[in-house]
Amino acid sequence: MTAAKENTQTMSTGQKISNALSDRRVHLAGFGVGILLIAIAPYLGLYPIYLMKLLCFALFAFAFNLLLGFVGLLSFGHAAFFGMASYISAHTIKVWGFTPELGVAAGTLVACVLGLAFGSLAIRQRGIYFAMITLALAQMVYFFALQAPFTHGEDGIQGVPRGELFGFIDLSQTMNLYYFVMAVFILGFFIIYRAIHSPFGQILKAVRENESRVTSLGYNVTALKVGAFTLSATITGLAGATKAVVFQSATLTDVHWSMSGEVVLMTLLGGMGTVLGPLFGAGIIVTLQDYLAGMGSWVTVITGTIFVVCVLTFRRGVVGELTRMLRIHS
Amino acid sequence: MTGSDYVLEAEGLTKQFRGFYAVNGVNLKVRRGSIHALIGPNGAGKTTVFNLLTKFLDPTSGRILYNGEDITRSGSAAIARKGMVRSFQISAVFPQLTTLENVRVALQQPTGLTHKFWKAEKVLDSMNEQAMGLLEAVGLQDFARVHAGELPYGRKRSLEIATTLALDPEFMLLDEPTAGMAHEDVSRISALIKRVSKDRTILLVEHNLSVVSDLSDTITVLQRGEILVEGDYETLTNNPDVREAYMGTGHA
Repeated sequence: MTAAKENTQTMSTGQKISNALSDRRVHLAGFGVGILLIAIAPYLGLYPIYLMKLLCFALFAFAFNLLLGFVGLLSFGHAAFFGMASYISAHTIKVWGFTPELGVAAGTLVACVLGLAFGSLAIRQRGIYFAMITLALAQMVYFFALQAPFTHGEDGIQGVPRGELFGFIDLSQTMNLYYFVMAVFILGFFIIYRAIHSPFGQILKAVRENESRVTSLGYNVTALKVGAFTLSATITGLAGATKAVVFQSATLTDVHWSMSGEVVLMTLLGGMGTVLGPLFGAGIIVTLQDYLAGMGSWVTVITGTIFVVCVLTFRRGVVGELTRMLRIHS
Repeated sequence: MTGSDYVLEAEGLTKQFRGFYAVNGVNLKVRRGSIHALIGPNGAGKTTVFNLLTKFLDPTSGRILYNGEDITRSGSAAIARKGMVRSFQISAVFPQLTTLENVRVALQQPTGLTHKFWKAEKVLDSMNEQAMGLLEAVGLQDFARVHAGELPYGRKRSLEIATTLALDPEFMLLDEPTAGMAHEDVSRISALIKRVSKDRTILLVEHNLSVVSDLSDTITVLQRGEILVEGDYETLTNNPDVREAYMGTGHA
């Protein structure tokens, strides 16, 4: 292929580097380092519970970013999947005596079904109308959670036993639980990473850039978007269900609309449409919430201020801006 | 190939927007293997006709037959899969994908790989050779790894044609393929259209009359949503109504 050869010659240095950065091997090496860091983080003085909360929210934000960053769909109802999965997992473990992995699987499955239903209903709307419909549907789930007997209304489901993974790994041991959450996180992350870098993800990106053109090339764009929405809801459910195991509870906070807002914040702050952005966004928000917990409602004011500063000064988010700087300076 | 002489037949095609007839009772037949141009002054309804034929708009009334099959109620994606593929007036590329990836988006469509979210995108590399071939056909082989958004305007239009060709459509609809192009680009695109018209039918909306005269076997002139006249270039240039509509004067 002589054309390809000429092509490398005409490429600018910047393009070569950005190509190299997107190289699969570089990604894999990065993941190896990342996994290692997560594995040793509790031994570096970080609290395991804080880390597990971070991993759950990061997974939630990854799932959300699949939709916002790679399809261009802003859902304002993802709390419904996160919260509902957390209720189902808490209930099945506490009342039905499921093992933790089965409880998490049940929560994830319910989120998947709910995602398919909501996605099919909302997907024909665009922009703000899509966001409003997802919000309305999520509010219905919120009221269901408030009224249904098994969710215990304002009290939520408390005191969920951590149980034994596969019946023999004791999750009441914090480090066992930590590695379980880590495994769930890695699984969820790889599903999303793979979906983004798959033939399916390629067309999703094309839909984000020019939906009419994708239609004109013979694709059923509606089905593709429903597929992406369902996948996003499923992984969101996986995160919510796991969080219920970590905190041994499921409450209205997880299904409240402000949770849908929080994940938008995490995604934008970290950098929407970047692979790792949501992790950084979730890290910033969760850390702030933890360290400022004593300040009460000031946390909301502070995160709000950060959000405004982010939108005004670095719209691409933390990871988005860093990538851009790397490209410019090379 | 079906026996019919016409790839496309539209009968009484009408589109009404709140009482305004953008397109009114258009009967259009596109002969198989021909290059058919749709011309007319601004606002004559050319793009609306295009959108109606490719189902991006639903007609208020009328009937559209593609290869004898009624497609009046089909969806845009469905007719694209049947071999009737359009381009857009504003260059419709995927700016953040590379030129090569743009073409692969079209090549991927018939493969059935699309719903496979668990497969690595490496499987798409098997299409690279075919995609490079298409890029070479439109003179974009040196830009394969460049993001489509960074291409100059004329090149974007070429890329769009390459993407459309990737589906190997039996019937191609090009909406102002040379609009806003520099002179040398116009002749390149014009030659390209001529070249790719070999085994297919082309319907194009075009403002550049020299391109139209150069390429078209049949020309339909639209005015205020209705067909004014139809014929070859010779017939039209001698038609006083066309001069009136186009130049705004009865003498030229």
